[in-house]
Amino acid sequence: MSKRHLLALFNDFDEAVAAIAEIRGASIKGFDIDDMLLKSPIEHPEVEDVLGDKPVNVQWFTLIGACMGGLLAFFLVASAQANFFSQIKGGKPIVPLPPDFVLTYEMFILGGVFITMLGFLICSGLPAKRSPLYSVKVSEDQIGILVQGDESALAALKTIFTKHKALEIQEEAGK
Amino acid sequence: MGKDIREDIAWAQINKDVLKSLETPRRMYWIILFIAIAMVGVAVGSEVYQYQTGMGVSNKNNSHVWGLYIATFIFWIGMSHSGTLLSAILHLMHADWRKPIYRFAEAMTTFSLMTAGLFVLVHLGRLWQVYYVMPYPNERWVWPNFQSPLVWDMFAIATYLSSSVLFLYVGMIPDLAICRDNIHAGWRKKLYTVMSLGWEGTDRQWRNFRITYLTIACFLIPLAVSVHSIVASDFAMSNMPGWHVTSFPPYFVAGALYSGCAAIITLFVILRYVFKFEEYMTLPIMKKLVRLTFAIAMVWTYLNLIEFASVWYGHDQTAKDQLIFKATGPYAPFFWAMIFFGSILPLMLAFKRFQTHLPILFVVSIFLNVGMWLERWMIIAPSFAHGHYPWTWDHDQWPSLVQWGIVFGSFGWFTLLFMVFCKVFPSVSMYEVKEMVYHRSLALKHKPAVKGDY
Repeated sequence: MSKRHLLALFNDFDEAVAAIAEIRGASIKGFDIDDMLLKSPIEHPEVEDVLGDKPVNVQWFTLIGACMGGLLAFFLVASAQANFFSQIKGGKPIVPLPPDFVLTYEMFILGGVFITMLGFLICSGLPAKRSPLYSVKVSEDQIGILVQGDESALAALKTIFTKHKALEIQEEAGK
Repeated sequence: MGKDIREDIAWAQINKDVLKSLETPRRMYWIILFIAIAMVGVAVGSEVYQYQTGMGVSNKNNSHVWGLYIATFIFWIGMSHSGTLLSAILHLMHADWRKPIYRFAEAMTTFSLMTAGLFVLVHLGRLWQVYYVMPYPNERWVWPNFQSPLVWDMFAIATYLSSSVLFLYVGMIPDLAICRDNIHAGWRKKLYTVMSLGWEGTDRQWRNFRITYLTIACFLIPLAVSVHSIVASDFAMSNMPGWHVTSFPPYFVAGALYSGCAAIITLFVILRYVFKFEEYMTLPIMKKLVRLTFAIAMVWTYLNLIEFASVWYGHDQTAKDQLIFKATGPYAPFFWAMIFFGSILPLMLAFKRFQTHLPILFVVSIFLNVGMWLERWMIIAPSFAHGHYPWTWDHDQWPSLVQWGIVFGSFGWFTLLFMVFCKVFPSVSMYEVKEMVYHRSLALKHKPAVKGDY
């Protein structure tokens, strides 16, 4: 059966959360709970209580990026210093650790920041194409719930949205 | 103290007010822009003359190898620290009041660093050889000396600039999406569409956004401290009298935060007027900013006294002579002006009546930065004029008009970049102001009604 999208807009965050909670509890046939997205103009960490805990993996990118940056810097600098032809050391340490720490530290941060950014883009699914249903009101002052389900599930979802005072319900045209 | 922001302000109104700033600023905006362009013209003219004639026209000589260029380079690097303070440090401390003003402070960080970078090029003279500082193998087997603080500088500033740009950009993505949704045609629409990356404010995007922003903020704080410590090492690791002081890195960091905060006050007053941001850049926020500046001014004063005391009670006679030379020699008026503007004038900020008086704050903040610029000049010029060897004692050295012209123009360059940014991108973070309003209204909802709120 073909799936279609439905976007409900709410004025009040609590109503949107109540609608999500009810949808989760209703176990509607032809609708998977993972096919529901909340869109809001500001961050609402409280929504995780009803949407369920979802993993954030950006910090793994950070760890890998920072370690790679630091290691790259250290080996770049140390290998340059270890080249006797280019730098005569005159009895001093070939690879002096204290001053090399500075550049290792800087590149540790640079690698961490760049790869964190990359991780953010990958984990957030950005850059992204516009959703099938979108309202500019979501970037202004309204909360949107975007769901995707079978034709048979949409009626039940609409009823729940209407019950929770959805201001507007947009429906994707049938194919 | 009044409210930082009204909790009954409508979210749609926030979008409207901030987006309006991208379209119709007051006439003063164009006047500032015109003056800035004229100032840049002076710098470009001076630089072209110096480039064609040679570094001699700057009136630097063998003992005065660093002139105004390096002093101003440090000044601009220092200025950049305020963005990190407001965006990263206060973000970690959950100081909500930073939200309406941190965006322009971050932009200040980026443009200050870009301005500082220009001074390295100007100071080099031989612009075409700038790549010598980059680590790469070449046929002459010449590598940069990785133990030199000057090479650390290159790495640190490049890291700071690129990280700051990313931090500014990441924090702006939700606002760019608002701009994309509300501006209907033209090059701006295309720019915001590309830059917002298809942001729609989904829970997944916000969740990852929160962690990313926090992580980069955590990286930026030690980075900012390391950048100015490394700049301080350019001096402290040398053997020049007056520079070889252990307290130089914290002294530089405090000075950086100080000048940055003073610049935020100046720009706060300008933006509030030019873009009609009275609802967002409120007097209670200014009051907090002024108190922060006062506290940092006192830290700077303390570290200044420590520096003097460690020289005075130390056993380095040349360094002591150097200190006396600064206070009584030909540079004495500038030295005492630095003390006055840096340590005495900020005492005014302790008085409540001045903490929200915008015209006075505007003037005072400019003078504070004059003091901070003098501080950097007083580190460099008197030290070169009275070094270890008598042959370096060139007490009458004075920078040429070419040097002054380039320094003067750098302020125009910074202003130009900053004002163009504020006209193209939202200088107040819309989504964070909404968060602020939302949390305040929630707090009010759950709080029993009492008289004399806040």
